[in-house]
Amino acid sequence: MLKLFVGLAAFSLALGAGAVDAQETVKLGMINEYSGQFADTGNQIDHGVTLYMKQHGDTIAGKKLEIIRKDTGGIAPDIAKRLAQELVVRDNADIFGGFSLTPNALASADVSAQAKKFMVVMNAATSVITEKSPYIARTSSTTPQLNYTLGQWAAKNGIKTVYTMVSDYGPGIDAETWFHKGFKEGGGEIVGAVRFPVANPDFSAFIQAAKDKNPDAIYIWIPGGAQPAAVGKALSERGIDTKKTKILGQDALASESALTAMGDIAIGIITVSDYDFNHQSAMNKEFVKAYNGEFHRNPDFFSIGGYDGAHLIHAVLEKTGGKADGDSLITAAKGMSWESPRGPIMIDPETRDIVQTVYIRRVEKTPAGLLNVEFDSVPNVKDPAHPK
Amino acid sequence: MPPVFGVLFDGLAYGMLLFLMSVGLSVTLGMMNFVNLAHCSFAMFGAYVIVTLMNAWGWPFLASLPIAFIAAALASVALERLFFRRFYNASELSQCLLTIGIVFVSIAGAAYIYGTDVQSVQLPPYLLGSFHLLGVDLAVYRLFLIGVALLITIVLGVTIESTRFGAQVRAAVNNQRMARGLGINVDGLFAITFALGSGLAGLGGALAIAMLGLDPSFALTYLIYVLIVVSVGGLGSISGSFIAAMLLGVSDIAGKYYVPAIGSFLIYFVMIVLMMWRPTGLFGRR
Amino acid sequence: MSGTITSSSVRPVEYLQGQMRWRPAEIAFWLATLLPFVATPAYLVLASQIAITALFALSLDLILGFSGIISLGHAAYFGVGAYTAGLISTRGWGEPLSGLLAGAIAAGIFGYITSFIIARYRHLALIMITLGIGLVLQEAANSANWLTGGFNGLQGIHTWPILGRFEFDLYGYTAYAYSLIGLFVVFLVARRLIHSPFGLALRGIRENGARMPAIGAPTNTHIRTIYTIAAAIAGVAGAMLAQTTETVSLESLGFQRSADVLVMLIVGGTGRLYGGLVGAAVYMVARDQFSGLNPQYWYFWIGLLLIAVVMFFPNGILGGLEKMAQDARSKSPVQAWAKYWAQLWTKR
Repeated sequence: MLKLFVGLAAFSLALGAGAVDAQETVKLGMINEYSGQFADTGNQIDHGVTLYMKQHGDTIAGKKLEIIRKDTGGIAPDIAKRLAQELVVRDNADIFGGFSLTPNALASADVSAQAKKFMVVMNAATSVITEKSPYIARTSSTTPQLNYTLGQWAAKNGIKTVYTMVSDYGPGIDAETWFHKGFKEGGGEIVGAVRFPVANPDFSAFIQAAKDKNPDAIYIWIPGGAQPAAVGKALSERGIDTKKTKILGQDALASESALTAMGDIAIGIITVSDYDFNHQSAMNKEFVKAYNGEFHRNPDFFSIGGYDGAHLIHAVLEKTGGKADGDSLITAAKGMSWESPRGPIMIDPETRDIVQTVYIRRVEKTPAGLLNVEFDSVPNVKDPAHPK
Repeated sequence: MPPVFGVLFDGLAYGMLLFLMSVGLSVTLGMMNFVNLAHCSFAMFGAYVIVTLMNAWGWPFLASLPIAFIAAALASVALERLFFRRFYNASELSQCLLTIGIVFVSIAGAAYIYGTDVQSVQLPPYLLGSFHLLGVDLAVYRLFLIGVALLITIVLGVTIESTRFGAQVRAAVNNQRMARGLGINVDGLFAITFALGSGLAGLGGALAIAMLGLDPSFALTYLIYVLIVVSVGGLGSISGSFIAAMLLGVSDIAGKYYVPAIGSFLIYFVMIVLMMWRPTGLFGRR
Repeated sequence: MSGTITSSSVRPVEYLQGQMRWRPAEIAFWLATLLPFVATPAYLVLASQIAITALFALSLDLILGFSGIISLGHAAYFGVGAYTAGLISTRGWGEPLSGLLAGAIAAGIFGYITSFIIARYRHLALIMITLGIGLVLQEAANSANWLTGGFNGLQGIHTWPILGRFEFDLYGYTAYAYSLIGLFVVFLVARRLIHSPFGLALRGIRENGARMPAIGAPTNTHIRTIYTIAAAIAGVAGAMLAQTTETVSLESLGFQRSADVLVMLIVGGTGRLYGGLVGAAVYMVARDQFSGLNPQYWYFWIGLLLIAVVMFFPNGILGGLEKMAQDARSKSPVQAWAKYWAQLWTKR
């Protein structure tokens, strides 16, 4: 019995002792989806972070940046919150990163606020996240930022009537709200709006109903995964001519795997995004080459969120000279701007959200296959949903 | 022609796919009462097999389909020998646990080998596009699906009704103990039926890629639909699975289109009502 | 051995009283649950979630292990409890104990209503109906996003300190104490319930539901009663999760949660009161450890664990331990164990 007690005491001392050497390292806790349904987005974000660390080293201002990876397994705010708490209590993490899903980000935000930890949201796109903790900065994009811009752009570019269809859950409803807002403010008319269930396997009938209304454009918002291919199928089956009826959507509709699955029917689809690997800049070409070298696939808008998130962390640590407490880091982050492979970006000093150039792209057939070719852009777009 | 026919057609095609993926489970569950929750893993396996064949080795689509069937059948034989046969007399809960464990392993394996990205295959050009018939667009690929499923249904039906093997299967499903008593090698029969059923699941999975997409969580995502088809149709009944799959396919697609607000509930409601009305399924026994 | 009446001279009352005595293993178990406070304080949040899941698994054991009702949708009641407690909190009343009560009542009512359907069916129909109810509720919760917060989850939950004094801290001391006490109290109730004539009737229903009415047991009423109680307990677990994590989202009533708790119960061993607790602890600790070591492919290791458990412990971990204890009492325990393992690998 005495041995047991001694053993337990020694064990707890050892646990405590592990915390002592944290002085020279800064720990980044990645709360991310590494397994399950959302594993692909989680892995792309992680790749972005890993690549940046490889290129720029892991020593900043004399401190070593260490990454601890935690898997939430999918939509699991209770697990995400627990992981955040454990990162603080067990691992003495200084910074939180990752977050591809809104519910998980919102739950972790509570811990960030309570424990005063700097948190970098690298993908989750709901506006309200940055308002939940004063220590959050976002390096991805927000749904309103992209879709409001698309709505306004469409109205200004000869599209008078639009039929919208979105997935019936948080992000989809968000997208619908803001697209309608942007489009109507630009003078356009919404001739029909439908929300389909999230697990919808078949878009054929919906596309037909849209076609029957004869709008200038059909706006489709779906999450990534297998659905873009099903949409492509429906477009082909219903004989939609993308030159006559424009198809509008957000990045996931024309992601690399979506284009591979859809084939030539995708030509002409117009999407809005903050990043595509086909972005024509010298910095991006280097980035894509390096990414392919490491991971044998092209980066996407998830990867860039991770890459720029890692940049932000490096930059703020440089600026604070290695001080890793929440207040110093978020103060340093406010207003920080830099050139990213996607273009110029900035962390808004008031909302701590991302301000960036939003690109309008069209799918075109090039010698290298189907690619998203940027043909218009709107610079310095702030998230319109934050209260002014 | 009103759009309802288009919706019906799409629903039928979707139902056919579900039928192919479910019929094997219905027969094995009815015959041996073996709860095989890993059934959709075989579907996923067949799908990944044709992804490799077509994308990595450039095989044509039609030639790869039979390979998906054979590969899934062989995989099921291996698993049956190694694990399943030790659990035929175990409790249902143990069988659940075993097969769920296998599902998890298969998902992780698929993620490891193929990555987590969504996989797709390029259909041959003669399977793309659609026919315009009486004002309705009939997609060629869906027609192909319906054709394949009908062909398989007929073959299965003929086998079950008119061959000795089929008669033995029917006997074993109806009353296993009696069938053994008559000298029918039920264990061997089960092994063959299990292989056939899993092979069909593999074929269904391969055909599903172009309609439903493929990623490592496929094995779990479609398990619920397969369970619904099997239970509504009645265990051990091929015609039951067929009707149930049609019903499910059409109500799912029609429901999600005509009443999107409750569309996702609709199939579950339909299932609950049907199970309350016919607890052993539409064509189940007793 | 511990469950059979060996001689007709043992009166039923004495038998039940004998069952109610606290065994040394049980006392050791509950003392061990206090260990995380001193030995692993960095794992208290995990411990509190294990305690909550253990309570949920216990509620499933009452209907599955003791009454033979296999449910694939038990998370529906967990979710109802969670959302009730969460909604009360977002509307301004964050007192935890009354929130628990509210969650229990709401889940109990929903359980009572559904029990009328549940009690009439058996086997596959029962499984699919419970699955269907769970799925319908999940979709309804998504549609009613004005109430539930939908995909993003319920925001604005703030739990007041327990009894006005114990604030929920980052380490999880309060959370674990709260969930552990809740688990223990409800466990005592369940234990009393099981070791009573009512509990015996349930076991009779599980073993042979057709015969029970012949000896005058009102089967349907019993099933409805235990189902309502189990639903209420699941609601308590859900409410506790909502209060300790201050989050509720759609997956609280999702299929994944129902399936997970079923797996945990089977791993632990059904029909043994402690099976759910042991299963929850083993599964969640294993998941946490595997996920920490291998965030991308931990599914693989969990899958292997499940296969290993079912191969070596056919009646769950507790079933296996019981058998080992039994064998230990026989003449040559080592031989008995060796024979058992060997026979697993030969064709049955």
